[in-house]
Amino acid sequence: MLAFISRRIGYSLLILLGVTFITYLLLFMLPADPARQIAGRSATPEVVAGIRMQLGLDLPFYQQYANYLGNLVQGDLGRSYIQRSPVTELIGARLRPSLELMAAGIGFELLIGISLGVIAALRRDSWADKALMALSFIGVSAPQFIAAMLFLYFFAVQLDWFPMGGYGGFEHLLLPALTLGILGSGWYSRMVRSSMIEVLHQDFIRTARAKGLSRVRVVLRHVLPNAIVPVIPMIGIDIGIFMGGLVVVESVFGWPGIGQLTWQAIQQVDIPVIVGVTTVSAVAIVLGNLVADLVIPWVDPRIDIKKH
Amino acid sequence: MNRKALSLAIAAALFAGNLLADDFDPNAKDGGAAVITYQNDVATLDPAIGYDWQNWSMIKSLFDGLMDYKPGTTELTKNLASDYSISEDGTVYTFTLKKGVKFHNGRELKASDVKYSLERTVNPKTQSPGAGFFSSIVGYEDMAASKAEQLAGIEVVDDYTVKITLKSANATFLQVMAINFSFVVPKEEVEKWGADFGKHPVGTGAYSLAEWKLGQQILFKKNPDYFKAGLPHLDSIAFEVGQDPMVALLRLQKGEVDIAGDGVPPAKFLEFKNDPKFKSLVVTGDQLQTGYLTLKTTLPPFDNLKVRQAVNMAISKDRIVRIINGRAVPANQPLPPAMPGYDKDYKGYAYDVEGAKKLLAEAGFDKGFDTEMYVMNTDPQPRIAQAIQQDLAKVGVRVKIKSLAQANVIAAGGSKDQAPMVWSGGMAWIADFPDPSNFYGPILGCDSAVDGGWNWALYCNKNLDALAAKADSMAKPEQQAERTALWKKIFIDVMDDAPWVPIFNEQRFTVRSSRMGGSDALYVDPVHIPVNYNYIYLK
Repeated sequence: MLAFISRRIGYSLLILLGVTFITYLLLFMLPADPARQIAGRSATPEVVAGIRMQLGLDLPFYQQYANYLGNLVQGDLGRSYIQRSPVTELIGARLRPSLELMAAGIGFELLIGISLGVIAALRRDSWADKALMALSFIGVSAPQFIAAMLFLYFFAVQLDWFPMGGYGGFEHLLLPALTLGILGSGWYSRMVRSSMIEVLHQDFIRTARAKGLSRVRVVLRHVLPNAIVPVIPMIGIDIGIFMGGLVVVESVFGWPGIGQLTWQAIQQVDIPVIVGVTTVSAVAIVLGNLVADLVIPWVDPRIDIKKH
Repeated sequence: MNRKALSLAIAAALFAGNLLADDFDPNAKDGGAAVITYQNDVATLDPAIGYDWQNWSMIKSLFDGLMDYKPGTTELTKNLASDYSISEDGTVYTFTLKKGVKFHNGRELKASDVKYSLERTVNPKTQSPGAGFFSSIVGYEDMAASKAEQLAGIEVVDDYTVKITLKSANATFLQVMAINFSFVVPKEEVEKWGADFGKHPVGTGAYSLAEWKLGQQILFKKNPDYFKAGLPHLDSIAFEVGQDPMVALLRLQKGEVDIAGDGVPPAKFLEFKNDPKFKSLVVTGDQLQTGYLTLKTTLPPFDNLKVRQAVNMAISKDRIVRIINGRAVPANQPLPPAMPGYDKDYKGYAYDVEGAKKLLAEAGFDKGFDTEMYVMNTDPQPRIAQAIQQDLAKVGVRVKIKSLAQANVIAAGGSKDQAPMVWSGGMAWIADFPDPSNFYGPILGCDSAVDGGWNWALYCNKNLDALAAKADSMAKPEQQAERTALWKKIFIDVMDDAPWVPIFNEQRFTVRSSRMGGSDALYVDPVHIPVNYNYIYLK
């Protein structure tokens, strides 16, 4: 067990190293000059050169990257070029809202996805099944920006059920979380449906029915726990996809999270923030996958991680 | 006749009386809280660093400079300075400070604070984008090169008098003393917060910072000890950030928002402006901005004056203004209409395709020629470039569009053998202060016609440079009219050489809720961009 975990953590660190390297390299090659951006247009070449030196931007790439890694290990992500405050502070202030939205969003995804998947599997090939699967297809392929805007317009402006964006209580959280949940639930409902159908055909289900267990009990006690296993690693992968959704949904709903920060930083070419957010997201994805891998054997004892 | 004169006199007396009773708006009411939204986070509220249209006016409400402008106008007035005098040769400025002006932390502002603040901006360690504005002060070079810790040209005479010596007479110096980078900051607070002073600003302004929730909102509350009696009118202003511009407009309709800071998104602009429900909420104002096409005067065939004039005549500016949904007015000279020195009577080069063809034929290009235009790659710039391309094709000029990132366009624009044409959109010159000199030196003067400079036409006219230097040495108040007239002539003379095709002057649109009061000019203030928060009030 310990060997497995330490090996996985080792891999994770390598992945993170790769992510920071690629992001840093891409942004290094970007045709933007941060020193000139900071210096303003009235600056003389000497002033620009002075700022470039202060920021260490006159160093060769490998040295800049090494400095970045050195600071990263000490928990220092540098200072934003635009806001001039520490990146850790900017990300730290937005971490909580993002985690809240993420937890609620994934919660809704699972709730909606699994329920729809179960219904579709039990009513296989009926019109309900076809309608639900079509719906999930529309959900996953709908452009998030348009969908979020439509939801906001319909539920907050026309029906006035929810506040129009912003951060605060549960009522603020509900609409963006539902948007993310409905749009992302399609992956889960399709997966739950097919894995349910597979389990429903197994011998032990027929046995359970034959010994007189009620239909509800069979589904909840025997089918679902077996059908749910592939969903767990899926959540780990989903965190990555979810990050993309956060960028759009947070921007539309005015949710003060990481996604919004990312969007702003990209538009303003604020390189330290972009690298910082990418690193933090990569950590979240790697962690999510690690936790998913560790949870699986607990849900399904047949899977033995010692063999991996 | 007599009666008319009498009534005029009475009206004048009443008007003057009103002005005395209240310094700007006699109907202003005090109290209440306003909500203003922005999409992006507010970058920094440090006056030495903040340099975007979002924090520009916020900083003006938190801090003060020696000079300021009359609300809604480009007219200079005294602010922290109760008086100033200029030496006979125009090089020494002596400012007397108002007494009893307090920082938000309770300490009184003294002359030494003025000296400290200016030196802080110039100090290379501060990395201020505005350091260059103070290059006219004696000792600037030494400090900019980190050879001196202080500016030799600034002398604290006593607690309320500061003397600034310039290298040569400079008519724009009072404008520089009104720019955010000159605003006075208390040394003890700057040292306490260090690089984070921009998140914990302490000034003398009409408002003080009450709370800053990163990524959520910034709360300004009224400064009860503000040195200008009766200001500000609002008790507090909440700047909510992270709000999508479309959502902000929806919230404004519902009455949750008072000013949508980002205005109307381009895609919704026409719909919004023509809807009678919203028409009354939109305030339109001029911007000190000109969008132009540069023609590299050193690169054939644009070294030929006739070719440059022909290009000026071949472009339909009205059509380009339509492409951007009428968010601008066509231009015919470098200066924007709101700038002192703008020549209302100048007609410029009229749109004349046949005339342009004739001029090209005279220049020996009756079959036209091939050339390139550099343009920034964000909407709507490439669309504008295509319109110019189509217009020029009609007179036989075949343009290839190079659509690139901003930094690449600027780099190409400044180099000698590249970028025969550059469309300035997205990088266009917006004046830092309302003085015509700001539109000459950095973008049309010989000194900026260098690699890495902003004079992308590489235009250099020594005679006009001499005239510009003369205009900038006219520092006395009584010379101002003469100086403005001289600048007017300089810019019209520039157009005779046609290094640019001035295309349009962008306008500004502020959307405010119906409960906001105060003159429209406050909502499109040419200096307190975008809104003059100190003077607005709730009806």
